Amino acid sequence: MLELVIISTLNGVLYGMLLFLMASGLTLIFSMMGVLNFAHASFYMLGAFFGFQISQWLGFWPAFIVAPVLVGAIGALVERYGLRNVHRHGHVAELLFTFGLAFVIEELVQMIWGKVPVDYRVPPSLDFSAFTVFTTTYPAYKMFELLTAIAIFAVLLAVLTKTRVGLIIQAALTHPNMVAMLGHNVPRVFMLVFGVGTGLAAVAGVIAGPAFVTQSNMAAVLGPILFVVIVVGGLGSLSGAFVASLLIGLVQTFAVSVNFSISDLFAGMGYTPAAGTILHDLWEVTVAQIAPIIPYLMLVLILIFRPTGLLGKRET
Amino acid sequence: MTDTAKIGARTAQPADWLGMARRYGAWLLLAAAFAVLPKIFASGTAHTMMSLMGIMIVFALSYNMLLGETGLLSFGHAVYYGLGGFLAVHAMNTLAHDALPVPVFLIPLVGGFSGLVFGIVFGSVSTRRGGTAFAMISLGLGELVASSSLILRSFFGGEEGFSTNRTKLFRVFDLSFGPQLQVYYLIAAWCLISMIAMYALTRTPFGRMCNAVRDNPERAQFVGYNPYTVRFIAFCLAGLFAGIAGGLAAINFELVNASVVGAGQSGTVLLAAYIGGIGNFIGPVIGAVLVTYLQVMLSDVTEIWQLYFGLLFIGMVMFAPGGIAGLIFMHEPLWHAGAYRVLFGRLIPAYLLALLPGLTALLGLILVIEMTFRLMVKASEGTGMSFFGVPLDAAAPVPWIAAAVLLVGGFYLFRRTWPLIADAWQAAHGEVQQARRRAA
Repeated sequence: MLELVIISTLNGVLYGMLLFLMASGLTLIFSMMGVLNFAHASFYMLGAFFGFQISQWLGFWPAFIVAPVLVGAIGALVERYGLRNVHRHGHVAELLFTFGLAFVIEELVQMIWGKVPVDYRVPPSLDFSAFTVFTTTYPAYKMFELLTAIAIFAVLLAVLTKTRVGLIIQAALTHPNMVAMLGHNVPRVFMLVFGVGTGLAAVAGVIAGPAFVTQSNMAAVLGPILFVVIVVGGLGSLSGAFVASLLIGLVQTFAVSVNFSISDLFAGMGYTPAAGTILHDLWEVTVAQIAPIIPYLMLVLILIFRPTGLLGKRET
Repeated sequence: MTDTAKIGARTAQPADWLGMARRYGAWLLLAAAFAVLPKIFASGTAHTMMSLMGIMIVFALSYNMLLGETGLLSFGHAVYYGLGGFLAVHAMNTLAHDALPVPVFLIPLVGGFSGLVFGIVFGSVSTRRGGTAFAMISLGLGELVASSSLILRSFFGGEEGFSTNRTKLFRVFDLSFGPQLQVYYLIAAWCLISMIAMYALTRTPFGRMCNAVRDNPERAQFVGYNPYTVRFIAFCLAGLFAGIAGGLAAINFELVNASVVGAGQSGTVLLAAYIGGIGNFIGPVIGAVLVTYLQVMLSDVTEIWQLYFGLLFIGMVMFAPGGIAGLIFMHEPLWHAGAYRVLFGRLIPAYLLALLPGLTALLGLILVIEMTFRLMVKASEGTGMSFFGVPLDAAAPVPWIAAAVLLVGGFYLFRRTWPLIADAWQAAHGEVQQARRRAA
């Protein structure tokens, strides 16, 4: 039991940190431009596929650097030549634009790499076990992922709070007009934030690709969870996104390992429901089976009972 | 101007016929068209496709009650369509099993009713706020139902879903609804009823309040209407019509599975409504017909047809936010001002002139996409391919050069025609201004 708890906690924190790598960019973009970037998970997918392709040509470490930079550049171009033009048609048009973009990126990835998963593997230099918890060995690659995510989190925090660029970004979040008056190029700041945000998502893609499956549906699978994270955390709140990422990472990881259903609960009280009724499944479903639903349940509940999210200040 | 003409027509006795013809003529024409179309396009494929179009028209119009009329961007509208379909199939199976005297053409009511009920349940939690919050909740609810569909197997039937048999139901007038033609007429009738109902709804004070809530919820609240209530009612009604579409789909396919409640289906209806144009009632109809046609035809021609779909959608969002209907109705003032000379003499020729290089560039783009796909994914099946009947080798440099020339050259010439169109529009605006001044 303790072994399960330790391993699940490690996996949960790792998953949560990966989510935060993406959610941080997404929530920064949202608080700055008011755009919910539907295609954010698509940039994560692009990161994974670019990482795969470049590591085929040059090896993993160059890919680790080059892929996020490339994806970030693509993100900046998308902002400059796509979103900025759509902006005058309003927020719905922007949301629809990113929705269409997600659709197109998925199709483009299928056009180039096909629908079947690509063979993106853990690099040999990291393919060993880091330590052993009781009987389970924990792979070094996962520790590498965790450390990378934490390092980027620390750098991001430092840049945002300690540097001049960070101050301008923070100011542009709340008072874009004033910042522009002071002589800063606010549209360029937007472009930069969009590029860095998508680049961070790509970092998550590069390092998560070998651990999960690198496939053309990975954006569609992860995208909605990402929205859950930033809404549950509170739109526009970085610390909220951090808490929600970890929360959802842990909840999902633990839920998968719990084999318990309502009928077990009632059986403990000495009652067994009749089999064969139409919603009989509800009784039999285990917590592990409903794990994929839990984030969406949280999203709906949060939006109903606490629309500002856990740590957010503004209403969604 | 048209409104005053209508009022005049209603009061003056001899013009009553004219008023009637104006009001109902379009619907009678549409009904006649629905009746005659299967005679003109008599093949089985055409009947199948027209049935699909009818279903999609109802679905897309119900979606536009949200997005176009009330300003609610939903990413989970397939929930009501899909649940309507599931309950319709369950109802059909129960009815056939118990041999109850309910004919198949009443089944869409079951779908509509279920759509309405789920609309009430989910709408009560999701319509409190509009805008981005609503979009997020609709996405969450959509994912919730889609993921549940794989868990609640007794209701959703897991991966394979449930099948049914429409011919086993109670028969009226000896109609078996076995042949596709009979199903087409069933769908056409329901499509017409739904279209009239949804159009009539936009003309009611409630429809106007939906527009007001879309444009300015604060003001609507000040006038004394609760935006939440207006959104909620609109949402429930949209659920009702989506459910009817789902019931029609259940009759047509005799099969439902988890994919009908999924994000893909929600995306398709959003694309259809938006590409057609959400600002006009006719827009989603155009979009539904076009999208269904493309879905059926393109998926035969190319495996990556959805990419073209997505590109079309992005193009629409960026350059024509009013959709196809918006592009057409852009010319309405010219027509009303009687500026036929500039419309047919300058504007349309300018369009035609731009069309040729535009299509050339498009051809180049399609060639690049298809060759990339062949080279990257289908390379194991050989690099030889056929492009509009022309055999070529995707690994050879010549087709790539040709594609680049088509794309770049076509786009360059296309770009050159833009000033012509702008000039023509300038002239057209002048004519409209003159006509207005004359009228004043």
